[in-house]
Amino acid sequence: MELFEAKNVDKVFAATQALTDVSISVKEQSIFGLLGPNGAGKTTLIRIINQITAPDRGEVFLNGQKLTRADISKIGYLPEERGLYKKMKIGEQAIYLAQLKGLSKQEATRNLKQWFEKFEIMAWWNKKVEELSKGMQQKVQFITTVVHKPKLLIFDEPFSGFDPINTNLIKQEILQLRNDGATVIFSTHNMGSVEELCDDIALINKSVKIEDGPTDKIREKYKSNIYEIKYRGDYNNVNHSLGQQYKIIGHSEMEKENHLTIQYLNGNSNNDLLQALMPVSEILSFEEVIPSMNDVFIKAVEESNKK
Amino acid sequence: MNNTLLILKNEYLKRVKKKSFIILTLLVPFLFAGMFALIIFLSLNNDKKERTIAVFDESTLFLGEFGEEEYTKYHFIPKEEYQDLKTNLKNTDFYALLYIPGNIYSNNTAQLISEKQLPIELGEQIERKLSRFIENDKRQKVIAESGIPDLEERLASTSTRVQLNTLKISDSGETQKSSSTIAFIASYAMGFIIYFFVFMYGAMVMRSVMEEKKSRIIEVIISSVKPSQLMAGKIIGTALVGLTQVAIWIVLGVVVLIGVQAFFTPESAQEMGQSLMETQSQMNPAMAQAADQNKVMEVMEMIGNLNLPLILFSFVFYFLAGYLLYSSLLGAVGAAVDNDEDSQQMVLPVTFPLILSIMLLFPIARNPEGPVAFWASIIPFTAPVAMLARVPYGIPTWELLLSMFLLILTTVGAIAAAAKIYRVGLLMYGKKVNIKELIKWLRYKN
Repeated sequence: MELFEAKNVDKVFAATQALTDVSISVKEQSIFGLLGPNGAGKTTLIRIINQITAPDRGEVFLNGQKLTRADISKIGYLPEERGLYKKMKIGEQAIYLAQLKGLSKQEATRNLKQWFEKFEIMAWWNKKVEELSKGMQQKVQFITTVVHKPKLLIFDEPFSGFDPINTNLIKQEILQLRNDGATVIFSTHNMGSVEELCDDIALINKSVKIEDGPTDKIREKYKSNIYEIKYRGDYNNVNHSLGQQYKIIGHSEMEKENHLTIQYLNGNSNNDLLQALMPVSEILSFEEVIPSMNDVFIKAVEESNKK
Repeated sequence: MNNTLLILKNEYLKRVKKKSFIILTLLVPFLFAGMFALIIFLSLNNDKKERTIAVFDESTLFLGEFGEEEYTKYHFIPKEEYQDLKTNLKNTDFYALLYIPGNIYSNNTAQLISEKQLPIELGEQIERKLSRFIENDKRQKVIAESGIPDLEERLASTSTRVQLNTLKISDSGETQKSSSTIAFIASYAMGFIIYFFVFMYGAMVMRSVMEEKKSRIIEVIISSVKPSQLMAGKIIGTALVGLTQVAIWIVLGVVVLIGVQAFFTPESAQEMGQSLMETQSQMNPAMAQAADQNKVMEVMEMIGNLNLPLILFSFVFYFLAGYLLYSSLLGAVGAAVDNDEDSQQMVLPVTFPLILSIMLLFPIARNPEGPVAFWASIIPFTAPVAMLARVPYGIPTWELLLSMFLLILTTVGAIAAAAKIYRVGLLMYGKKVNIKELIKWLRYKN
């Protein structure tokens, strides 16, 4: 069941084409990665979802219904460029922002206090924003994004400004929110976190969607016959035995075993490789390398730029 | 709760709770009170310094005729001492040295020598003394030569002062006492109040918009509310801050006034009145006559004869429309720029008509029927100040209606344009904006 759908969305700013016929669909209770190089159009799409701008063409749906102004309270948005009122007290400010999302004052206060206690930041309640460090402010911003229990959460670079410990905390919170029923759209350049968190992704480059689907399937799709072999034996013999059939991408010699990364060149099978290696070494393990999201990203974008 | 209302409340409370707001609001009436108290105090203690002025009278006309005043004494000295003093005034007790030359009758000049800057009043005092004396002397001679015994009385009886009572014929044909002076004061004051508030609170709206943009909270806010709601909340909230301030000032003003009355006992008030009267009669003896009449009653009557309901209505209308017009434009400027230098560059073109209208206030109030007054009060950008300056004098209904109509039209248009610039500008960073760019933004759809 799709919680969110965008269909054939076009958006033009003056002379810049920001989105060209982009469609995405986000399954309920999943984490969806919205990826792409800088200036690809991700933020524009996110702003369309938040009804900050309207698409020139195309439609967006929430829960199968066309998105309306009334849906605002069902969405929580943490923008990439974010801030808080510097002179306002944290608690007061968080209540105000929650009220703007449709919570009553009592509800807002209650929910916020729960979150503040969970993050162990109750002591900040009466402080002004300018007294907090950037990381502290990010925590407050995260809370104000999720406090009204939105069905759809949109995080744009949520980890920027966090140290590894807090990054992990936020990651756990995002997963928890998903498990509790929220659907998450997540935009980042941190591909490691995409691998960890995202069920599905869409990759946008130069206003066009160039790839989308489940994260593991896409990674699978970008496999390029690269294998990693752990063995015991002499590297020179192995190298000689492999001959011109394989491209050696890397090798390293450890105390007890050697690692070798190679690419098949001429439609070799796994058995061919094993046959070539067995006479000269003891094979400890052998597996195909699934490309990292980082590799997928670079490869997909470069290919699309060539077209 | 409605979002606009929430924003309004937040804007309002944020400002009203600020220390600087509280301090300024409480302080201003006391500053004014203090200023007036100081002026009154100074005028009561005006010039109480004992002075002795050395007089060398070469003409020998005035010897012993000079008398003395409360705080100024005159001491006549011979020529030798004069020569001495002239070079050595500093080491004597004399405040100044008056030299009356022998030919004062023919060339009407004397010298007052001092080593410090002398009060203007003292110079005028001595001038009056000398002039009156010589004038009297000459007159006596003329009278004696003419041989008419009661000439002096007859001449005195020719002194005439015409008092012009300005009357205005109302539509119903009744004549009413009117006063250009009162209308002038009213128009000037109202024009200025509008200028002051539109400028101050319009700028406040602009700063508030800029703050949200600069702190980057804006994207979160407009993902919750429409930019138009945000702008409306801001503008109305800020207007309420202004009204709160005025209300506090009125209350404090009344309190301070009562306090001042209690502080200055009736005797001191009388004394003050007298001293004011004295200076007035000294400056212009004819005015003293007028002061005798029951001026207060007359002023009250003339204020009553102004068209107060119309003035009040116009004041409220032009105040609101002017504020809406300029604060929405300034709000758009705040959204369009992302640093203070750029904002200053953009503010001037926007507020220029307002500044122009305050400069035109004086010519308009002097000649409320002239072409300057007419056009300034019809053109919407100057109308809030200019038209209000004309209203106390009475104004043709069609002009008032035309001006209001055009102002409403312009304000609505300005709000629409501002909303558009606002929406585009809020999320536009790092772009140097100019008028051309803004016009481009106006053409953007959504």
